[in-house]
Amino acid sequence: MDELVRYAPPLAVGFLKNLQLAVICAVISLLAGTLLVIMRVAPTPVLRAIGGVYVNVFRNTPLTLVLAFSALGLSDTLGLTFSSTPSTNSFWLVVLGLSAYTSAFVCEALRSGINTVPMGQAEAARAIGLTFVQSLRLIILPQAFRSVVAPLGSVMIAMTKNTTVAIAAGYLAESSFVMKDTFDTTGVSIPIFLGLVVAFMAVTLPIAFGAGRLAARFAVAR
Amino acid sequence: MNSRSNVLFDAPGPAARRRNNVLTLLATTATLGVACLVYAKFDEKGQWSGQLWRHFITASTWTEFIIPGLTATLKAAALGAVFALAFGAAFGVARLSDHVWIRRPAGAVIDIFRSIPLLLLIFFMFYLSPTLFGSGDYTLLALIGGLTLYNGSVLAEVLRAGVLAVPRGQSEAAYALGLRKAGVMWHVLLPQAVSAMMPTIVSQLVVLLKDTALGYIIGYQDLLSYGFQILPANYFGTRVSSAIVIAAIYIGLNTMLSALASWLEQRPFAPHERRPLALLTSE
Repeated sequence: MDELVRYAPPLAVGFLKNLQLAVICAVISLLAGTLLVIMRVAPTPVLRAIGGVYVNVFRNTPLTLVLAFSALGLSDTLGLTFSSTPSTNSFWLVVLGLSAYTSAFVCEALRSGINTVPMGQAEAARAIGLTFVQSLRLIILPQAFRSVVAPLGSVMIAMTKNTTVAIAAGYLAESSFVMKDTFDTTGVSIPIFLGLVVAFMAVTLPIAFGAGRLAARFAVAR
Repeated sequence: MNSRSNVLFDAPGPAARRRNNVLTLLATTATLGVACLVYAKFDEKGQWSGQLWRHFITASTWTEFIIPGLTATLKAAALGAVFALAFGAAFGVARLSDHVWIRRPAGAVIDIFRSIPLLLLIFFMFYLSPTLFGSGDYTLLALIGGLTLYNGSVLAEVLRAGVLAVPRGQSEAAYALGLRKAGVMWHVLLPQAVSAMMPTIVSQLVVLLKDTALGYIIGYQDLLSYGFQILPANYFGTRVSSAIVIAAIYIGLNTMLSALASWLEQRPFAPHERRPLALLTSE
């Protein structure tokens, strides 16, 4: 217990970094995922193909590789930098990699939501003369979002947990690195591990609970 | 394209065709623009020089780096999958038990391991092992342990959902035939649950295969570490080219497994009407 108390401040700072990453990536990946799903159902074959390739590439690549590549490949070799401060730079590289990865999963969740919208809805939208974009915006996507609140919640929970992989992109400030660093100096400590477990559960369980509540509230009565 | 998205738009008329053509042109230009930008950037940094790619056509690169890496990745994935399936079956059934003192702890274990970031779990096991078992190389043990506990817990939930989705008449009939609880579970419910959840189980195994790459972080020499650390260390400057090649290998492997999952989903003998719709896998 002493270790946990002693190392609580750096662990808390690290954990806040996890939360920061999670919030930023949630916003970006939800927006990018929506854009991707629009591309994947668009009437233009090229857009569909681009969306499909993107999703298949990112869904099937390990996140560790995505993040390691964004740091060592994109940044070090190809010279993509967000900031001259190394820690800020790697923070945004993690945001880039994690959002790129998560948006593929958001897209897939939304696409399964679009599949749950009854065919009659889309047909009626077309029958009253709505264009593709109008029918998506006014008829299809609102219903699709409502039916995938719970799966989107799971995607967001997975993304929050995945912020710990930031270490692969050389971002050495979030809690899993702090924990590893502490273990390196003091040896393994069960209280520290349990403390972090509780911290992550304190974030993920409310998301799960909230997503469940919202899903029930928003469910489309059919 | 699936038939569902067909319904979202009509067969294009003249105006829509024009709009489509404009969008196609725009999208193609944008894609080509990005491709050119990447090409130019690669060129600027000299990433296209034959030096950086040539070693991929020599046999030793494959026999000494990529194949051993791939073997290590597949070994971790196979062991992880076997243990995770066993763990999942045991805890999934335990959570369905009639006894509260079995059901509750099993449920708690499943919920806890599902909500821990996998990397934290792997780190913990990696640092805990030397304390418990003396010094040694515990990278594989920690990796498999983490993969088993996490994916096993997810699979337990998948199996439980599958068992709950079996129509009640099945177990009632089995009880009527005189089977005991264990017999009903083993001979009637589990086979149907496994069969119904097969696509979900396989997609979770894809997740497991991808997660073996976390071993790279604790120094397990898998495909990622061979391709991204050891290979670039032997052939200077090949980091980007190596990353592209191993990414292609990972994508190929996972695509094959995903194709298996969707084949299982569409196979003619699939129990369609019983399959629960819930999306249970998580990445």
